[in-house]
Amino acid sequence: MDAVTSAPARIILICSGKGGVGKTTLTANLGIALARLGSRTAVLDADFGLRNLDLLLGLENRIVYTAQEVLAGTCRLEQALVKHKQEPNLSLLPAGNPRMLEWLTPEDMKRIVALLAERSDFVLIDCPAGIEDGFKNAAAAAQEAIVITTPEVSAVRDADRVIGLLNIQGVQPVQLVLNRVRPRMMANQEMLAVSDVTDILALPLLGLVVEDEQVIVSTNRGEPLTLNGTGSPAAKAYLNVARRLQGESVPLIDPSKEREGLRAKIKRIISTKIF
Amino acid sequence: MSLLDFINRLLGRQAQPSASTARERLQLVLAHDRSDLNPELLDQMRREILEVVQRYVEIDLEGCDVSLETEDRVTALLANLPIKGARRLDPPSPADGEPMAPTSSAPPQDDPPGREGTLSQLREIANSSSAPIPAWVHPDPE
Repeated sequence: MDAVTSAPARIILICSGKGGVGKTTLTANLGIALARLGSRTAVLDADFGLRNLDLLLGLENRIVYTAQEVLAGTCRLEQALVKHKQEPNLSLLPAGNPRMLEWLTPEDMKRIVALLAERSDFVLIDCPAGIEDGFKNAAAAAQEAIVITTPEVSAVRDADRVIGLLNIQGVQPVQLVLNRVRPRMMANQEMLAVSDVTDILALPLLGLVVEDEQVIVSTNRGEPLTLNGTGSPAAKAYLNVARRLQGESVPLIDPSKEREGLRAKIKRIISTKIF
Repeated sequence: MSLLDFINRLLGRQAQPSASTARERLQLVLAHDRSDLNPELLDQMRREILEVVQRYVEIDLEGCDVSLETEDRVTALLANLPIKGARRLDPPSPADGEPMAPTSSAPPQDDPPGREGTLSQLREIANSSSAPIPAWVHPDPE
């Protein structure tokens, strides 16, 4: 069943535990960025109850079939895959639709991911929120994972649960993307520091994405930020994540130190340990 | 201590930046999450650990600290139990020439005055695990 191509595809689960921290936005932007960098990329929306990846990619009107029809033999994979117009290296496959009669099993997910892997360099699986069956199905098919979280206690706690489950499943490596970072709040020590989150979760940091209004604008349009250059800070961050995934060494800069204002400087000085 | 803490202390304020509060709360809740122990079970384990230790040595109940700590995703149970003195009850030490105490129910002979309250609590704990155990966190000597 597991067909291996000359260069095996990397199958990456994108998960967070908590909802609304940016899984789908990361999947969409990373998918576009990897495709633009020349990798054949497939994104699988594993959240069939509440699927949204199609909407963020602007492909919601082009979905005809889902993984379910492919598995049932009703259609071929090529028919179900939705190719992105501007980035033909990227295709989307929804796992199912909300009206599905039978839920997919972990075995189904493995089969569909294996099919995608045959024709891709990267398979990104957009995991549903939570740690129930949807997560377990998606995780069953993954080799490695990106855990995305925000510097908030609830998101970090949920991420920790997910990391524990990924460890049990043997998913390796697991890397961290810290999303919605507010540099000024961090500099003022009113937000968990980057090192706090990486220390607590004990994961290598793959990317830092600052809070960026452009993310909302881009989702309104259905055009991921990475599609149109790297104008905004978040677009730059997503592109850097893609480059790091491809093995390039791109330095990580702590935004709370990079753009430190006078107030933050004073605050840092008075927070310096004196004894 | 940072300069800010120092200034705050001088001014009699106690302002802590919320990031450090978040970090502390997270570390505590994650230690519990990861060990799969709810606070109730942890408390029960604490009491039982103290019970066992108290059979052998006399410990300072107010200075006791049993907690879970996590570093690099490894959780450890840390117990800091200051010892006031040996109990000399169980096991009996023949060198002292004392009669063999068959169980830990025999009261120690050399109770200094003023510790009765705590000691009777200790004995209660040591003797019967089924009896309700006094709240060790806030021992309330008469």
